[in-house]
Amino acid sequence: MTTTTPDRIAEVIEASTTRLVAQCYRLYEAPPLGALVRAGPHEDGVYGVLTGIATQGLDPGRKSIARGVKADTEEQVYDEHPQLARLLRTTLDVVTVGHTNSGSIFQHLPPYPPRIHAFLYTCPPEEVQAFTASFDFLPLLLAVPSPATDEAVASLLRTAAPAHPDAPAFLLAAGRELARLLGGNPPRLNTLLRRIAP
Amino acid sequence: MTTPFTQRQPLGMVVGGSVERGLQVRLEPEIPLESIKVGAFVVVQGTQLTYFGVVTDVSLEAVDPRYRSSPPDVSNPFIAQVVTGAGVYGSLQVTPMLALAVAGQDQPQPAKSVPAPFSRVSTASERDVQLVFGKEDARHFVIGTPLDMETEVCLDMEKLVQRSSGIFGKSGTGKTFLTRLLLIGILQSGAATNLVFDMHSEYGWAGYREDGASVKGLKQLFPSQVAVFTLDEASSRRRGLSPDFVVNIGFDEIEPEDIQALRETLNLSDVAADAAHSLERHFSQRHWLQKFLDVTGDDFSTLADTINVNESALSTLQRRLQRLQRLDFIVEKAPAKGTVVQLLDYLDRGYHVVLEFGRYGDDLTAYILLANLLTRRIHQRYRERKEAAIGDRSQEPKPLVITIEEAHKFLNPQVASQTIFGAIAREMRKYNVTLLVIDQRPGAIDTEVMSQVGTKITCLLDDERDVEAVLAGVSGRRELRNVLARLESQQQALVFGHAVPMPVVVRTREYGSEASYRRLAAPLILSQSKDMPAPAHPELAEGARRQRDVDALFGDPPG
Repeated sequence: MTTTTPDRIAEVIEASTTRLVAQCYRLYEAPPLGALVRAGPHEDGVYGVLTGIATQGLDPGRKSIARGVKADTEEQVYDEHPQLARLLRTTLDVVTVGHTNSGSIFQHLPPYPPRIHAFLYTCPPEEVQAFTASFDFLPLLLAVPSPATDEAVASLLRTAAPAHPDAPAFLLAAGRELARLLGGNPPRLNTLLRRIAP
Repeated sequence: MTTPFTQRQPLGMVVGGSVERGLQVRLEPEIPLESIKVGAFVVVQGTQLTYFGVVTDVSLEAVDPRYRSSPPDVSNPFIAQVVTGAGVYGSLQVTPMLALAVAGQDQPQPAKSVPAPFSRVSTASERDVQLVFGKEDARHFVIGTPLDMETEVCLDMEKLVQRSSGIFGKSGTGKTFLTRLLLIGILQSGAATNLVFDMHSEYGWAGYREDGASVKGLKQLFPSQVAVFTLDEASSRRRGLSPDFVVNIGFDEIEPEDIQALRETLNLSDVAADAAHSLERHFSQRHWLQKFLDVTGDDFSTLADTINVNESALSTLQRRLQRLQRLDFIVEKAPAKGTVVQLLDYLDRGYHVVLEFGRYGDDLTAYILLANLLTRRIHQRYRERKEAAIGDRSQEPKPLVITIEEAHKFLNPQVASQTIFGAIAREMRKYNVTLLVIDQRPGAIDTEVMSQVGTKITCLLDDERDVEAVLAGVSGRRELRNVLARLESQQQALVFGHAVPMPVVVRTREYGSEASYRRLAAPLILSQSKDMPAPAHPELAEGARRQRDVDALFGDPPG
């Protein structure tokens, strides 16, 4: 039996050109909203940004029920019902924003989505820096109609900033790109900029 | 911006425009909008041509109109920084004036096209300014520096003296200083001889700045090349000047044409002014005025009848002309070697002559009478000489530039067609005589005359009529209006016309410090660049003679 590396956190269970759904190996052990993830190996992977995290029962027909009426803590509930970790799962919604090909990074959609069961990795700061060196991926992300999109964008940019040598300059450049893309929607831009303001 | 100008500094890119309206330039977000001034000199790098232009307007644009109704949260400095330049950005209106082929080494030509879309726009570098305005040499005289730059803008003095030029501006905007500079430029380049009708005695000997400090005049800087004539010897001597000649005019030298020029000043009717001609015919040619002024009593009615002029008009004429008797410099009979002869003699010998009016400075009658009378004689002499020299350029008289102040008194539409100055402005270029007119009311000058003024140097003007008059016939007039109306009230001038390849706003060169005198009076750099033709009259560019003046003034140069 092989052990997973610490950055390997999930596996793709649904895949399309623009969206992936992955299941976390461990219940509740999802990266934060807006995290940059990669499905597949370094050389030939697909990049995505986490735009949603969900935890639900394995069997859609069986709903969870409240079990903690006599427990003092939440942990006690899980300790007394060890099967819960097997019956529940945490899934990740990922928006595809780029890919690698022979080691080069592209901030646009891959020709094919990853296969089901492709491994999903979190990206270390140097990979985040390399990917966010260009903002060409922002339109893919901003086009997703979800209330979580802008939060994911803000979170990604905020966490990516320290990976760059000049964080304020990075945020300013990102802000200007957003201003360009959202020029027709000043209120949305305003909200987004407030989220990424250092 | 106070960045060094050895290199071009990027400003933005061309996003629209036309030859007629000028270019629209979107400013880079990094450029502080407030640092861009109207009148700044910029370069547009097209694909085949490099364009040189002037910023004629600066505006704020928003990518979406909603920015106006719901402005971004600029209390957050980050948001303010992001939105400025991206959502809301600065836009420049640039009028392209000249174009230069990227590949060729030619001189810039007037711009007749627009650069390719998204061409880069940058501030001009020192090299650009030199390329356009030339480098200081025997022919190019430094007039000042472009806005916010240390590079020098030169006037082509050869071209300046080919046509009449004008210095305009409201009172107190620095016309006098500009005039001093221009006179020195003409003198130093040897392009022409100066004759200055110095109304307020400010050019020949010491003048004063607004703060009361004294500044040197031409004679002090170039003692061996400048002669000062005076109407008021006592005033000249009080100011420490021993004039080269004291001017006296005989009544017998005044002609009916001189009276015509005084029509407005003496408030004469047409009939009265025309009567002067009849009087001249009636009396002998030379003594008509004296004789007319002596007529009294019954003789007066007889005279009116004889020459068939209304008696009251004639009596008005006599009364008004009696004012001339109060002018001490007018004597009964002209001296044998009179002012006209002396003046021509000095001019012939290459002297630049300043005629000081002393206490008559505020007397327009004296100023107009004398300026007209002398200029008419000179005009006649130049005309004869030029005609005699037809076909032989070496025999032509050296160009003469006559400087007059309060020019609208000579050149207003009512008298311009009758005074000699109107004729000079219109056609005397052919006879090597041009005018340097100084005026605060260019709107009052005859439009025909204004249209013939080749080089215009204008300080701040705010009267609509004056601005209109100065800019009449200039391409890009509407845009230049903007520039002109926003000049600072001192030491800034818009220069355009014959002596400069394109309009430019300059901060006038310093005048008044020892260093400035030393540089102004220094011999010109005689080593000319290869592509510049030699000055037309090199005889005055005598380094030794100049150096002697400089040494006499300042002693040995330091270090």
